[in-house]
Amino acid sequence: MTTTAADLVARRPKSERVIEFGLSAAALVGVVTTIGIVVVLVYQTIGFFTQVSIVEFLTGTKWSASITPYAWGILPLVAGTFVVAGIAMVVGAPLGLLAAVFLAEYASDRTRNTVKPILEAIAGIPTIVLGFFAINWLTPVVLKPLIPGIGGFSALAAGIVVGILITPLITSLSDDAMRAVPRSLREGAYAMGATKWEVIRSVVFRAAISGIAASLILAVSRAAGETMAVYLAAGTNPQLTLDPRQSVETMTVFIAAVSLGDTPSTSIQFQSLFAVGATLFAITFGLNILSERIVRRFRTHY
Amino acid sequence: MAAAAPPVAAPRFVPNIGRRKLKGTAFYGLCILAVAILLLAILILLVDVFVLGVPWLNADFITGTPSRRPADAGILPALVGSIQLVAITCVVAFPIGLAAAISLEEYAKDTRLNRLLRANISNLSGVPSIIYGIFGLAIFVRTLSLGYTLISGALTLALLILPIVIITSMEAMRAVPGTQREAAYALGATRWQVVRGAVLPSAAAGILTGIILAVARAIGEAAPLILVGAVGFVTFLPSPLEGGYTVLPIQIFDWASRPQEDFQGLAAATIIVLLVLLVILDILAVVLRIRLSRHIQW
Repeated sequence: MTTTAADLVARRPKSERVIEFGLSAAALVGVVTTIGIVVVLVYQTIGFFTQVSIVEFLTGTKWSASITPYAWGILPLVAGTFVVAGIAMVVGAPLGLLAAVFLAEYASDRTRNTVKPILEAIAGIPTIVLGFFAINWLTPVVLKPLIPGIGGFSALAAGIVVGILITPLITSLSDDAMRAVPRSLREGAYAMGATKWEVIRSVVFRAAISGIAASLILAVSRAAGETMAVYLAAGTNPQLTLDPRQSVETMTVFIAAVSLGDTPSTSIQFQSLFAVGATLFAITFGLNILSERIVRRFRTHY
Repeated sequence: MAAAAPPVAAPRFVPNIGRRKLKGTAFYGLCILAVAILLLAILILLVDVFVLGVPWLNADFITGTPSRRPADAGILPALVGSIQLVAITCVVAFPIGLAAAISLEEYAKDTRLNRLLRANISNLSGVPSIIYGIFGLAIFVRTLSLGYTLISGALTLALLILPIVIITSMEAMRAVPGTQREAAYALGATRWQVVRGAVLPSAAAGILTGIILAVARAIGEAAPLILVGAVGFVTFLPSPLEGGYTVLPIQIFDWASRPQEDFQGLAAATIIVLLVLLVILDILAVVLRIRLSRHIQW
């Protein structure tokens, strides 16, 4: 009988099998966490829905968790979240994409090696610092003189700093996508007489569109999940408005604000935190999956 | 018979090169502008923080405790809290993260289950940090009865940074060429010996960089800690298993949310301390990367 490689693998010492078992157990930590998060959110949210109707929660236009009469319509929080995320995209998408084009197509290696780490450093700045920046510089120095009627806390200020915060994410993923476009495609277009701008617009950008779209969706998800910068900049005023000058409350900020207050853990306010968390989780998870699908579905193979 | 239709003039190609080039230049200008705006924003942010914060920075600020009077306030509890928290977070997250990465990158076959495990990790890295706080509250604070303590905070942050540790470690191991592994197998090494003797040393620089990145993330994180007990006003040094702790970002938040100008100054000074810590970590990452990868050539 011949000895095959498989036999040798099967004959590995017992200590190795213990190690392997340990390694596989560690690999499950991600799945356990995911399942744990879902179970916690679902379980507590069901508890919340025994006291508040799910229809009122999903369609109500008034949220009042601290002042009676209590109202549990999540739409103001969802609207606040998306107004902030929307403004963040208006700021972050052009900045991020243009910076990515600059890095991928225009910058020399030397410029790239200086600029890229600086942009990545923005990603490393704790988000609370951007919130501080919003209330100490952006709002008093720029927004108040320019925009009449804007308050000390506003969705606009929050949106702008979150926009700065998501820019590196957009830049880095889009830069990767554009650099993955093979040189031959660019050269083909140049050979047809296209100018550099035409090559970027009609060849590079189109070939990289799946990666770019995915980066933008991830950025929305990231913006919707941001807490500290928004807390300081937009305040804690749950109102259903699309006016960016107003103070709003996002889902994340509500969760943090309830936890900061002395809320008894058996109260309905406390349980509402899980229901809002579940909604936020569902939205961001959906966006993340969508982004992943887009990359996989529309990826061009060269 | 009717005369042949007059020949249709073929559309003439107008190169119009001047206008097309102009468009390109305009677009290039926009790209430069975008980068300039970003760099300017960061510059203004730093100047703003330093102008407000530097007057408050002195030895008493570092060694003092929070106070209702801004002039007496210091950040020692937050500084010690941050260091303790990050240390425990590391001790929990790194062994598990590295083990998971080895399993997924070196051992796992390309099965459906393993693809799912990998996709799950990248999904986890996209979960908002405050959701980890909710999970930590339900599991560590309540179910495991650890209470609102620093250890609950550390475990929560450990879960938060695990995906970063796993993803960067996997990337570092993937960058090790297959020939290295095959050479080790050819010498009769078992799978684990290959991992330990051939893969890990070569991937060490990348793994450590990822770990430092994760530490940087943990040290700046505030949102999930609000849910697991970190509070803004702590005047004593934390002890991991007892309640009442604070960390630098929470201290910044507490001061920044007060309207008085002096507290904004304290917040700015704390931000400077936090940024200095982050820069030190960054430098450490660069130095480690250079030192550990010096002997590696392929």
